[in-house]
Amino acid sequence: MTSKDATGEKNAPVAEAEDQAKAPSADYTATVRRARVQDKAATVILTVIVVLIIVGLAAIIAYILASGAGKLVDPGFLTKKPEQFKAGGGIGPELFNSFYLLVLTLVISLPISLGAAIFLTQYAPQGPVTNVAKTAIETLSSLPSIVVGLFGMLTFVLTFHWGFSILSGALTLTMFNIPILVRVIQQALEAVPRDQRDAALALGLTRWEATVHVLVPAAMPAIVTGVILSAGRVFGEAAALIYTAGQSAPELSWAAPITSLANPLNVFRPAETLAVHIWKINSEGVVPDLTAVSAGTAAVLMVCILAFNIIARIAGRALERRLTAE
Amino acid sequence: MTEAAPIQARPIDPVLHTHDVTVDYSGKRALNETSLSFESGTVTALIGPSGCGKSTFLRSINLMNREIPGCVIGGKVVYHDINVNARGIDTLWLRKRVGMVFQQPNPFRKSIYENIAFALKSHGMTKRADLDERVEKSLRSAALWDEVKDKLHDSAYALSGGQQQRLCIARTLALDPDVVLMDEPCSALDPIATFAIEETITDMASRGICVIIVTHNMQQASRVSNRTAFFLMGTMVECGDTPQIFGAPKDQRLNDYLNGRFG
Amino acid sequence: MSREKIVSSQSSPSSEVVGVSPKRRIERRGQILTGLCVMLVVVLVLTLIFMVCSRGISTFAKDGIPLGSFFAGTTWNPHQNGADGVPLVGALPMIVCSFSVTLLSCLLALPFALGASIFVVEVAPGFGSRVFRPLTEVLVGIPSVVFGLVGLGVVVPWMRGLVGGTGYGILSASIVLAVMILPTVTSLSTDALAAVPNAYRDGSYGLGCTRWQTVVGVVLPSALPDIMTAVIMGMSRAFGEALAVQMIIGNAPQMPAGLFTPASTLTSVLTMGMGNEAMGTVANDVLWALAMVLLAMSLVFILIVNLIGRKGGAKHD
Repeated sequence: MTSKDATGEKNAPVAEAEDQAKAPSADYTATVRRARVQDKAATVILTVIVVLIIVGLAAIIAYILASGAGKLVDPGFLTKKPEQFKAGGGIGPELFNSFYLLVLTLVISLPISLGAAIFLTQYAPQGPVTNVAKTAIETLSSLPSIVVGLFGMLTFVLTFHWGFSILSGALTLTMFNIPILVRVIQQALEAVPRDQRDAALALGLTRWEATVHVLVPAAMPAIVTGVILSAGRVFGEAAALIYTAGQSAPELSWAAPITSLANPLNVFRPAETLAVHIWKINSEGVVPDLTAVSAGTAAVLMVCILAFNIIARIAGRALERRLTAE
Repeated sequence: MTEAAPIQARPIDPVLHTHDVTVDYSGKRALNETSLSFESGTVTALIGPSGCGKSTFLRSINLMNREIPGCVIGGKVVYHDINVNARGIDTLWLRKRVGMVFQQPNPFRKSIYENIAFALKSHGMTKRADLDERVEKSLRSAALWDEVKDKLHDSAYALSGGQQQRLCIARTLALDPDVVLMDEPCSALDPIATFAIEETITDMASRGICVIIVTHNMQQASRVSNRTAFFLMGTMVECGDTPQIFGAPKDQRLNDYLNGRFG
Repeated sequence: MSREKIVSSQSSPSSEVVGVSPKRRIERRGQILTGLCVMLVVVLVLTLIFMVCSRGISTFAKDGIPLGSFFAGTTWNPHQNGADGVPLVGALPMIVCSFSVTLLSCLLALPFALGASIFVVEVAPGFGSRVFRPLTEVLVGIPSVVFGLVGLGVVVPWMRGLVGGTGYGILSASIVLAVMILPTVTSLSTDALAAVPNAYRDGSYGLGCTRWQTVVGVVLPSALPDIMTAVIMGMSRAFGEALAVQMIIGNAPQMPAGLFTPASTLTSVLTMGMGNEAMGTVANDVLWALAMVLLAMSLVFILIVNLIGRKGGAKHD
């Protein structure tokens, strides 16, 4: 309706303008004025939307940090073990588990993703193999994480009899992380100017040498930034873990033998992470200070993820500066 | 046998010649049959308006065009009597012997030293002393040594554009090539840097290297080259000694081009 | 023989050029190594689809539950049999509810996402790349359980105060989901708008159009396929989100009666149920059937994105 009206009005003045080219009609000036006003109004509305989003984001972060502040300043919270039935528990094991799982996941998923990204960008940028692989990676990236988690449960926990364990969790998170990393590395490699590769090939180097010694180092700032940002997502993932790494956190002791469930490095022990802890106590928790503990845990999680974000940018920029020597 | 070989055969045996070389991009012809020969110690300029096929021809000599998907090189590229545009020929070996310098200076994002030593290491030179010696020698050949000898381990991107391009030349010379291909090496540089590169080109030729340079700058072609080939719309139109090409062109199209009627 | 005639001052090339050089072997090894990585990913994905489907299909093949009573049944109580002797495994309420929260959250997020991306592409590009994009990346990084928690602490009480009832329900979940998919949709539609060639804009400005007229008349229409892709990707994320939704939706597996009453999505039933049902039972098998529906839907979303890509692809070239 409105668009039809607008074109109608727009056409008429043009026809008139041909008749009296010197003086634009009053109608025409009004149309122009209306267009200007519309344009101003649109800009104002767009600005309001952006401001709303930024304020909303700030409010969410502030809310999380503020509600968890009470627990954040409690010195024992980060080191004590969680309590089942009484108040005052901590999240020591969960904090350790989250980092341990993250490190293991990165150690497994980074080489695979790097290899896949190199193959896709350097050896087979076109062709049927690449199309299949790209579809597979795309599929993996859009699968719901709960489905990936259930597959992990079926395969690692039940079929391989690894039980609810760090290993099952790390392998499941690897599946969740690979598509993210492949995309990040692929984009980073593609962003390296073509002439870098040409220079290497013209010196009689193989594609492999060109990639390993020239392209990957040149893409390193972007790769590092992307990997750390993706680490934040792995760190906060819960749905893929509740049925693979489990929902319990045995008390840890460095003195325990490696085969013991209490040894922190034992990959066959169940390991609840911070994110799973939040979900667990909210859905079936009976601790009296449930709200405070989950808010505190969320605040810790949030602080870690903000730290990942900041570190990602600082590290990327520092590397970039070293490469270009400013 | 080898030691006894007579050296005077040189001027008759061109180091490189092409025989009916063609280039197709996804079935579309970009370069018609081109046959040229290049001798050691000479500079050959390839001139012509943009899109005439001169860079395409240059990139066929070291088979760089093969890196572009859908590109097919036809005909023979004969380097020291070996047709390198054939199956089973190792392009890595060819590219070590036939160096290339690009339009935009493209040093690696490494230190000045590593920019040169990197390819040497890859081709099997491992001893530190050998590397040091070769780095210095090639930087001297490119007239860059005095400017960078105190900052060899700084990033190559700290250098000026002209210095970067000379570093790229040094990087190529370090592999001891007998042919160097240059694809408009001065088009991104200011006049002073251009002058330094042109001196390096003359110097390379005097040491027996066969230099083939693509340029859109006819003054540059007449300054540095012994021979000149004129390309137009994918065809090599005329080739001859540089003074003859610029002084007494035979082909009408070349004459028109030199007089600025097109291009 | 003819090769031996040419003897240059350097070593004779003919000896180096034949055979496979050690460098070629490095190249070969690199190719195989990276190719294996790609294969591994492909095999993993195929295994995943096969495993989940084979368990899901056993609901119909082994337990003999008719497709109709699963997809059209409206009562979910796998431990009881209905009048026809078939367990009550009607998944329709969950399917309807999953689609409702997905569509609703997209409707809520779209104006914000589109507005923000128009702003950062057309009005203030520098601000977009320096400030806004990093901020949306922070938003992407916030874990879904934390969103669930914020939903519990803010949205649910707010809903309760506004319309009464428990505060749990489809609308609450959709609001939280809308915030969660906002960064995805925003960054993809920003890319879509940024990909429109400047020549299109210049053409419009050259005719004396204002910025807003240019955006509505030229930029949005030519970016439409990519914006649709952005929306589908957002829907895909909303459809598969489990924990945040499960914490807010109220978890009542019944046909949604309205936006403000508790309900259950496919993901929330899966999350709640998988821990309680023993493997091999009918109650467990039907959960896998739900997982299969989730899997199938995300494949459908990818298919749609690819179809859009094929139809609208290469339009800017």
